[in-house]
Amino acid sequence: MTATAESPAADAVATMRVEIQILRMNPEGTHEREPGEEYWESFVVEALPTDRVLDALHKIKWDQDGSLAFRRSCAHGVCGSDAMRINARNRLACKTLLKDLNPARPIKIEPIKGLPVEKDLIVDMEPFFASYREIMPFLMTTGNAPERERLQSPEERHRFDDTTKCIMCAACTTSCPVFWTDGQYFGPQAIVGAHRFIFDSRDEGQWDRLEILNDKAGVWKCRTAFNCTEACPRGIEVTKAISEVKRALTTGEI
Amino acid sequence: MTHHEYDVVIVGAGGAGMRAALESSQRARTAVLTKLYPTRSHTGAAQGGMAAALANVEDDNAEWHVFDTVKGGDYLVDQDAAEILCNEAIDAVLDLEKMGLPFNRTPDGKVDQRRFGGHTREHGQAPVRRACYSADRTGHMILQTLYQQCIKQEVEFFNEYYVLDLILDKDPQATPEGEDVTVAGVVALELSTGEIHTFRAKSVIFATGGAGKVFKTTSNAHTLTGDGMGIALNAGLPLEDMEFFQFHPTGLAGLGILLSEAARGEGGILRNSEGERFMERYAPTIKDLAPRDMVARAMASEVREGRGAGPHKDYVLLDLTHLEPAHIDEKLPDITEFARTYLGVEPYTEPVPVYPTAHYAMGGIPTTVQGEVLRNNTDTVKGLYAAGECACVSVHGANRLGTNSLLDINVFGRRAGIAAADHANATADAAALPDDAAARVEGIVSRLLSTVGTTGSERVADVRKALQETMDRNVQVFRDAASLEEATEVIAELRERYARVAIHDRGKRFNTDLLEAIELGFLLEIAEVVVAGALARQESRGGHYREDFPTRDDVNFMHHTMAYATGEGVRLGAKPVVVTKYQPMERKY
Repeated sequence: MTATAESPAADAVATMRVEIQILRMNPEGTHEREPGEEYWESFVVEALPTDRVLDALHKIKWDQDGSLAFRRSCAHGVCGSDAMRINARNRLACKTLLKDLNPARPIKIEPIKGLPVEKDLIVDMEPFFASYREIMPFLMTTGNAPERERLQSPEERHRFDDTTKCIMCAACTTSCPVFWTDGQYFGPQAIVGAHRFIFDSRDEGQWDRLEILNDKAGVWKCRTAFNCTEACPRGIEVTKAISEVKRALTTGEI
Repeated sequence: MTHHEYDVVIVGAGGAGMRAALESSQRARTAVLTKLYPTRSHTGAAQGGMAAALANVEDDNAEWHVFDTVKGGDYLVDQDAAEILCNEAIDAVLDLEKMGLPFNRTPDGKVDQRRFGGHTREHGQAPVRRACYSADRTGHMILQTLYQQCIKQEVEFFNEYYVLDLILDKDPQATPEGEDVTVAGVVALELSTGEIHTFRAKSVIFATGGAGKVFKTTSNAHTLTGDGMGIALNAGLPLEDMEFFQFHPTGLAGLGILLSEAARGEGGILRNSEGERFMERYAPTIKDLAPRDMVARAMASEVREGRGAGPHKDYVLLDLTHLEPAHIDEKLPDITEFARTYLGVEPYTEPVPVYPTAHYAMGGIPTTVQGEVLRNNTDTVKGLYAAGECACVSVHGANRLGTNSLLDINVFGRRAGIAAADHANATADAAALPDDAAARVEGIVSRLLSTVGTTGSERVADVRKALQETMDRNVQVFRDAASLEEATEVIAELRERYARVAIHDRGKRFNTDLLEAIELGFLLEIAEVVVAGALARQESRGGHYREDFPTRDDVNFMHHTMAYATGEGVRLGAKPVVVTKYQPMERKY
């Protein structure tokens, strides 16, 4: 009756013991901890080298400590729920395999930085989404819409393809040193979101958006640290997108 | 506890919920309650495309699309609904394009289209290019575009509000046929605070998505736990055709992560351990582009007959190596990245190990073509609507065609949004919420919180794992009476164990331990209904294959299953299939 597949590597590779250190915070406190106190807690799990960091977090939550709090949904890198700081770099827990992290040493996991921590690895995403909303992230056109589709050549479509991949996980924005220290800065993701429309041949709102980004909280805050590009789990060339926006502002051409 | 009043409350912010919100919020005061931030919804994981007979690249028309949908659904499709789906498909795609969705384009600048399983020209002659797409992230683009439009329209979201109960003015099972039952509102748990909120509304739309987590091997997100379906069931409403679950042929072996059918639409080939293109034997005309139920069964048969690949001969191979790398990068960038990331396989040069993965519930909350929820075969619940995967209208019948679900959420999400707002505007006052409206939810939450620290109890993860394993073992691609009876027993035992589960987190804020315990309750209820329907349906049709009844039986089973939860377990009824034009025929491809 069995018609299910086991993992092709499941019994070929032995499991290993991995130490996971998590920066925790319980807003309501525990028996040992004051409300809001931050502390490191260490867990040891048996895992396969090909397991995701998310699998290890689930092993902790499901077998050892159900109070561990983190967000996750799709578990394969498309929903953007589980960005966290893993060994001092922003990554998606579901797209990072243990074997790629040197599991012989403890793996350190912290919430992404620059947004208020709500509990353990969960942060308040509202400031992040608020910045996105400010750049008017929707197609703006004038006049009557055509009866059929708006035409766009494959080349025109290709022009903004890279920035359409964004899943709004906030890995870029919360890796940005300017964002950490300057509460006003939109952050890289909002600029990526604006880029996606500014370079869309169908859009007629690009100068409105560019004006917003020209603001003191906008693109000129970027110091080209490249952290955002390194952090992006979708491989978007974030810094390049930001520099294209800067160039459009400088030259007045798109 | 906080109380809210709206004209329309939408539960769920995936494709169907947000498409509904765009219509409803233009017409009536609307709130969208969502367990996840809207952009986390699983619509964003859909890959291959959205069907519409635009005929942008070759001859096509909506009538061929209707025929394919009906035949693909093994004649269990309500044909009036399929006609609406396919006729409105063209505007649904054009609407999204005008909202800004970045479709791939033809050389002359139109929306490009590609082939997909079961979509044919001239009633099965050959595959047709009908799927409008954006690389292999069409769902992502739809979710993003709808969310962007919701921002533009200033739709009011209640993010991370987990709806747990639906309040009706009467018990639908105790109310005689023909009498009105009316929606009054919903009760939700605010995840960030643990506070319970009541929402009174003239109209409520359920757009809560699927229930793939009843299975172990699934393409579905962790959060797809059948909440909306379970809430409806607990409110005394039926679920339709739940035994029909789609197993997508190409999940990454062992992981279940989806690899789009677009891989085969773009020329990919399934091979067994002997390198044979085995689909030629099962579907000589359209081969690898046969409907998903047939391809999934063919793959499972190859493995059972010893022609599986790999060290344990337990999967088959998706071969893309004959495609140009540039073509792969252009059309299938994400799924090839999944193969590299999770299996360490390079699809340019190596075939990818794949095996069927639980993917989509054809069944759900029964609705009319306006999205109105049925409480029996004929009576609608006034003011209550459902759309998307949680609903069953039924356009997918016994097996959904690929690219028809992104279409479904847009067509029927839009219809539900309009209908719900119109109903609200025609209604003077919402039904009264009783004073104890939140009592049930408060009871569930406080009972689970009281289990913290108890001994001799069960763990949520253990019960869930046992459920998922029995469903994979007994209720997957192949089923028979013995396997389904075993699943029935295991589920009954797990429901007893569930009554004894304890959680660890005593907190109110972001108590995701509590959340998972509640979700497990829904999973168990849904699994019981799936198995009950599968046991009673002694035939094979679409995604439901009984080895002890291997043929379709139109004499005894050409009807929808209506399942009701009662004090004595699941009660099953039958609902006629709407046939307009296409009489059942043998299904060959």
